[in-house]
Parts: sequence; structure tokens; C-alpha cells
Amino acid sequence: MHRFLLLLALSLGLLSAGAASAETPTLTIYTYNSFTSEWGPGPAVTKAFEATCACKIDWVALEDGAALLSRLLLEGKNTKADLVLGLDTSLTAEATATGLFAPHSLDLKNLKLPIAWADPVFVPFDYGYFAVVYDKTKLPNPPTSLKELVEGDPSQKILLEDPRSSTPGLGFMLWIKEVYGDKAGEAWTRLAPRILTTSKGWSEAYGLFTQGEAPMVLSYTTSPAYHIIEEKTDKYAAAPFAEGHYMQVEVAGRIAGSPHGDLAGKFLAFMITPAFQDQIPTTNWMYPVSDVTGGLPKEFGQLVQPAKSLLFAPEEVAAHRKQWIDEWSQATSQ
Amino acid sequence: MIRRLVPGALTFLLLGLVIGGAFAGLLRAAGTADYGAFLESRYTQRIVTFTVWQALLSTLLSVGPAILVARALARRVFPGRALLLRLFGLPLVLPTLVGILGVVAICGQSGLFNRLLAGLGIAPHQFLYSLPGILIAHAFFNLPLATRLLLPVWSAIPGETWRLATQLGMRSRHVFRLIEWPLLRQVLPGIAGIVFMLCFTSFAVVLTLGGGPANSTIEVALYQAVRFEFDLGKAVQFALLQVAICGLLVAAGQRLVPDVPLTPTAQRPQDRPDVAAWGGRIVDAAVLLAAAAFVLLPLGAVLRNGLAGPVGAVIADRALWLAVARSLGVAVAAGLLATAAGWCLLLTSRELRLRRYRPRPAAALETIASLVLVVSPLVIGTGLFVLLSPVADVFAIGLVLVIAINAIMGLPYVVRTLGPPLMRMGEQHDRLCASLGIAGWNRLRLVEWPLLRRPVGTALALTAALAVGDLGVIALFGTQGTTTLPLLLYQRMAAYQLDAAAVTAVVLAALCFGLFAVIERGVGGRGQH
Repeated sequence: MHRFLLLLALSLGLLSAGAASAETPTLTIYTYNSFTSEWGPGPAVTKAFEATCACKIDWVALEDGAALLSRLLLEGKNTKADLVLGLDTSLTAEATATGLFAPHSLDLKNLKLPIAWADPVFVPFDYGYFAVVYDKTKLPNPPTSLKELVEGDPSQKILLEDPRSSTPGLGFMLWIKEVYGDKAGEAWTRLAPRILTTSKGWSEAYGLFTQGEAPMVLSYTTSPAYHIIEEKTDKYAAAPFAEGHYMQVEVAGRIAGSPHGDLAGKFLAFMITPAFQDQIPTTNWMYPVSDVTGGLPKEFGQLVQPAKSLLFAPEEVAAHRKQWIDEWSQATSQ
Repeated sequence: MIRRLVPGALTFLLLGLVIGGAFAGLLRAAGTADYGAFLESRYTQRIVTFTVWQALLSTLLSVGPAILVARALARRVFPGRALLLRLFGLPLVLPTLVGILGVVAICGQSGLFNRLLAGLGIAPHQFLYSLPGILIAHAFFNLPLATRLLLPVWSAIPGETWRLATQLGMRSRHVFRLIEWPLLRQVLPGIAGIVFMLCFTSFAVVLTLGGGPANSTIEVALYQAVRFEFDLGKAVQFALLQVAICGLLVAAGQRLVPDVPLTPTAQRPQDRPDVAAWGGRIVDAAVLLAAAAFVLLPLGAVLRNGLAGPVGAVIADRALWLAVARSLGVAVAAGLLATAAGWCLLLTSRELRLRRYRPRPAAALETIASLVLVVSPLVIGTGLFVLLSPVADVFAIGLVLVIAINAIMGLPYVVRTLGPPLMRMGEQHDRLCASLGIAGWNRLRLVEWPLLRRPVGTALALTAALAVGDLGVIALFGTQGTTTLPLLLYQRMAAYQLDAAAVTAVVLAALCFGLFAVIERGVGGRGQH
């Protein structure tokens, strides 16, 4: 019996060891989990910003961009967030429609984005391109276009993510839609035999890919950079597609009516300076939106440069997402 | 004595507050909904059919073989038996993704199985990514659990029965038909119910190994409704549908066969009349080898991948040990809460069964406690968030909520492990205690504890280990200071560090294994299990 009670005391002790709090002005930022992890940009960004602001950043890390939006919708005006970092352009229309965000009032003309940026509310902090990443040792002749992928040899499989539960999955669905338009359903039906499986998220698909389950996976053009820089191998490469590559632009926005509005504004401005942007290439494995100290790592020179950047307007995604997901679901269920 | 109904009533109230509160929160945020149109939609009907179908098949393929495995384990004593049983506790508590990668390493396109075929000159065979994949993975997660839950059946058969069976010269099939099956059919509905619910609400396995959206479960639709459509009304409808379907099926199962508590007694496998026959020995050896291979090969693949990774760097990381400490804290607290709550609930159901002769409400109480398995953590988490965020700082109490929800998720296992011995205690010692005037704390300390510490240890170990592996709940309330081990593992993966993630998975498995062994030994005491 006393062992049972001892365990109780012990567990309470362990728990209290993990808790901590502070009283300095605190900027609460909602973001996605991998941003704040030890290996993400979070730690360095926190250190750099806290050195300038006499404040403390409190990160609230949720699963992904979609989880951020749904948390905001749940909380509404009572949200604890001063700032939200990690939505992307397929979510910004709905995020703006909540009326929770305040305009950024920053001059973003000099951002190095491959597209023009006119959003008055959200500030981009990085971007990337979706791409089919393949294993060179298994696939000497990768597809050179989305068309070749769709119509190619069904025995060469690809791992995809589910557009209902994953950002890259949604990105690929939009990519197909952008290229095929009204014929997207047919393209999906044609592609279906090549899909080994459609996993819940990127981690599952990429884990299966590196375990050798299929020679191709849907990821980013920047994925090979990790393997080149950290693992010193160029076994994995992204396939350049003739139609161009669909983009993901990740953004942050500040909450209207937050008691730390000034601080949030300062963070947005800080976000596009080198102190923040320097972290992006090798911790978030995406492209920075402005100049970084000493330029991009040289290994980024080996990466695929898309011939064309594809991106739907946020409003269009918001208006049609459900319908397009139904189309995808029907076309691939046959 | 109305006092004896209080502990269960309190637990029930707590359970009702959390689950009911979650649903109330969701309903309030959702507004009105058109239930008729929802049920008639073709999409709903299709996913409901598939969900039920795959869950039924998975249950059959997990529990059916588990009967053979448990029987072989009950009949044989061999070196490594205890270790095998401990390892059987692992699949269910591993994060799903780790388990999936383990199964894929054996059965996948370039898995062990296909490499062996290639070595024999046979073309590789792709069978994993469709319904068979779902079934194999579900069996990998649930067969070991079902085996562990079934095993106590055999220790409920008294030595006299075996002596009689020996005198009558019973053969193996007679033993099964006349002695084992009557007992098995009493516990099967409950155990099959748990496995069914786990497969019914499966998400990552179904998507990742299912091949495509043709194979989607209600849980997937629920996730989509909450995350991407922000249609809470629809989410509530899906959640209620899950509870309704599982409730009906589980209740039907129990109506069919009343779940009667078993009476474990001490005895040795050698007492059976059918252990010496060579036919039986060969069958048991084959069954045990097959089951061990099925469960241990994927686990071995996880271990091998981990040991091939950067072990030193991962072990030296301070964040790992912080996460380990936090996971342990959450796990032990959730385990204790679950065990205490389950115990309270069972005290009341025992009172109802034995003293008031009301087996129906007693069974209902236990069934409802197990039904929490079908309420998705996403629903509880989201609902509680809506309910609590206006009145409390949800992030500050995030860990408390994580513990509470994990404890609730552990209740069904507590009811299953602790229920039967608790009933037996009542049957055998109630009168003695009454005549000696032993009650309350004294009864707990002098009578119940010494006899119950072993099942309490098992229940606590199981619920704590389950909470160590939790990802679904912690991901909903995660803040920077609350990174647990499974969350750390996912962060590693998201940062492309698949090698380091593999090492973390081994640490996690070792932690579950160690925690299990320590609690089972420490609380349950030494002795044969």
C-alpha cells in the first residue's frame, strides 16, 4: 500500500519539476510544433528577439497550421495569442474572415518572394515548393512533369499525404487542380494505381520513403538539402516538373485587441530581418523571404529551381477546398 | 449501506462531467444540426460500413488467434515465458507511427518478408497497402493485448477440476469444450469489445496502411470536420454516431453472454491432463513461435533501426531526459488516477452485484466505463477546451487535463484487470469481514490490499505505460514546457531526423517496458503472473 502512495507523491514531484512561469511582459505566440522544437528555428529566434525587447516569448505549440486556425476559431475574441505564426496561404482567407487579426502596416515591397505580396494582414516568413522527392539509386529516370507522373509506369510507386489531414497533402491536391483544372478528377483516377498509400501526415510518408517502401514521396524541393548538409548524401533529389511547382508560403499575423500589440508588431518587423531569417534555411528547411547573412548555404545551389511558381489565391482555396477534396476523394476511391 | 455506492457514483459523476462536459461544450459551439440528412448521406453510410467492417475483421483476427496463443501460454512453462508476456505489453503502448514502421519493416515492399522471397527467387509481393495492411497492423497492436487479457481465464480453473479431468481421461479437445470454452465465452465479449473499439477509432493505421481515401474511418471524417471544415456540428454527429454504434454492439455482446467474474486460483500448468501429448506440444510450439515472430519481429526491427542510429547523441541530449521525466510524471499520475477511479467504480458495481443482487446496473456501469474508448481524444480535448477556456487558463492546466483524459482512457483496462479479482474477494470474504466487523480502511489494508495488489499492479502498469505512449491528447494541449517523449519523437521526425527519431523510439519502448516491470513488481509484489 505504501508503495502506491509513494508513487503518487513521486509523480506529483516529477510534474511540478516541469512547470515554470514568469512575470515579465510576455508575448504569447501560437505556432506549430516543429517550429519550436529544439531543432526548429524557435530557440534561436527566441534568444535573438528577447535580447532586443525586454520581454519573454511564450510559445504555444500546436500540431500544424490547420490546428492553429481551429484553435483560433474555438477561442474567438478570448484568444490568449498575441501573434499567430505558421498559417499558410491555403488558410489565410479563413483566418482573415475571423476578424481576429490586425493589419501589419509593414512595407513588404522588398521581400524576395517569387510572387507579388499584397496581403495587408499577414506577413510571410518563409516559403517553399512542393516536389516529388525520389531515391536516385532506385529511380534513374524520374518523371519530368506532373503529366509524366500521372501517366507513368504504375509499378513505380509514390507516397502521398492525405489532403484532409496534412498540409503537403493539400498542397499536392491544389497542384493537380492548378495544372489540370476541370480534368483534375480524371488525373487523380489515372494517378491512383501509382499511389502506394496516402498517409496521415508528412512524417509517416517520409518515414516510409526513407525505409525504402517506394522510390518517390511528396515533399519539398528543399528536402534534399537536409540530406546533403546533415547526412552528406545526395542519394535523394527533387524532380523538376515542367508545369512548375506549387508553393507554400508560411505567414504570421498579429491579433487585434491583444494587450501586447506593440510587441507583436515589433516581432513581425523582426521576423523579416536577418536575425530571424538566418535560421530558416537549415532549421525549417525552407527559403527565407529576405536576405540572409552570408547568403544561402551553398548546398541550396544544387536544389531544383522551379520554372514557374504556382499558387491559388487564398480566397479561391477557401471557397473550393471542400468541393475539391470531394472530387479527390471520389476520383481516388474507385 | 448507501455509503458503499458512493465511490462508484463519484467516479461516474467525474466521468460524466468530463465526457458530458466535452460533448456539451461542442454542442454549444456547434449550434443546431440536421441529424436526418447526416445519416442519409451516402458518404456517411460508406464510411460507417467500412469502419464497422474493418473493425469486425480486425477483432476477429486479433482475438481469435489470441485464444490459441493464451491457451498455449497457459499450458506450457518455458524459459522466457515471462519476458514474452512483458514484450506482449509493448505494441499497444508504442506510438502508432513507430508500430507502423515496425510492421512495414517486416511486411512492406522492401521488408524482411519480401527480401526473403527475393532470396528464394520469388518476385516481391505487395500486400500491405489496403485492407490486409490495416488488419495486419491492427492484429499486431491488439493480439498481444487480447492474449494478456485472456490469460487469467486459465488461472481461474481450480486444481480440482484438473484432477477430475485427469481421472476422466479427458483429451485436449474435451478439455477445451467442457472446461475452457465455458469460461472463455464469459470474458470474450468484454475483451473483444475493447479490441473492437480500439480498431473502430483507428486513424493513422487506417490512413497510412489503407492505401487511399476509399478506406476511411469515422475517426478520419471527425478529424476532417474539426480541423479542416471547422464544422463542430458535424463533428458532434460523427462522435455520437461512434458512441451509438459501439454502445449497441458492445451491449449486444454482453446481452448475448453475461460477463461473469472469474475466480483466479493458484495452480500450475502441469496439473492439466493434456500437457504431455505430443500433438499438443507441437501445436503449442507452432502457435507460440508464430505469435512470437508476428509480434517480436516488428519490435526487433524498431530496435535494430534505433541501434543503427546516433545513440550517443540522442542519449546525451538534455531535452530527452526532461521529456522522459515529464512522460513518467504524466504516466504515473494518469495510471494512479485511472486505477483509483476504476477501483472505486468496481467497489460500487461489486456492491450492486453481490449484496443487492442487481447485476444489470452493475454491468451497465462497467460497460459505460469501457465505452470511453470510442470517444476520440480530439472530441474530449476540443470539447473541454470550449467549455473551460472562458473560465480557466487552459494552458496552465494543460498537463492536468492531459493526465485526466489519459486516466479516463485507461479506465476500461482497469475494469477488465481488476474487476474479476475484486468480485472474487467479495464473494469469499464479505461474510467473514462482516462477522469480524472489519470495514473501511482496515478492510482495505488487511483484507483487500494483500489479495489485490497483484492485479492492482498490473492495472497500474498497463494504464501508466499507455499514458507514456500517448500522443493524441498531449498534442492538443501542447505548450513549450510540456514536451513529452512521444512528442519529442515526432519533433525529431518533423525535423527530418529519422535516425534520431528511431533511437528515441527505442528509448520510449524501453521506458514503457521498464515502467511496466517496475510497477508490476513494485506494487504487485513478486511471484508468478
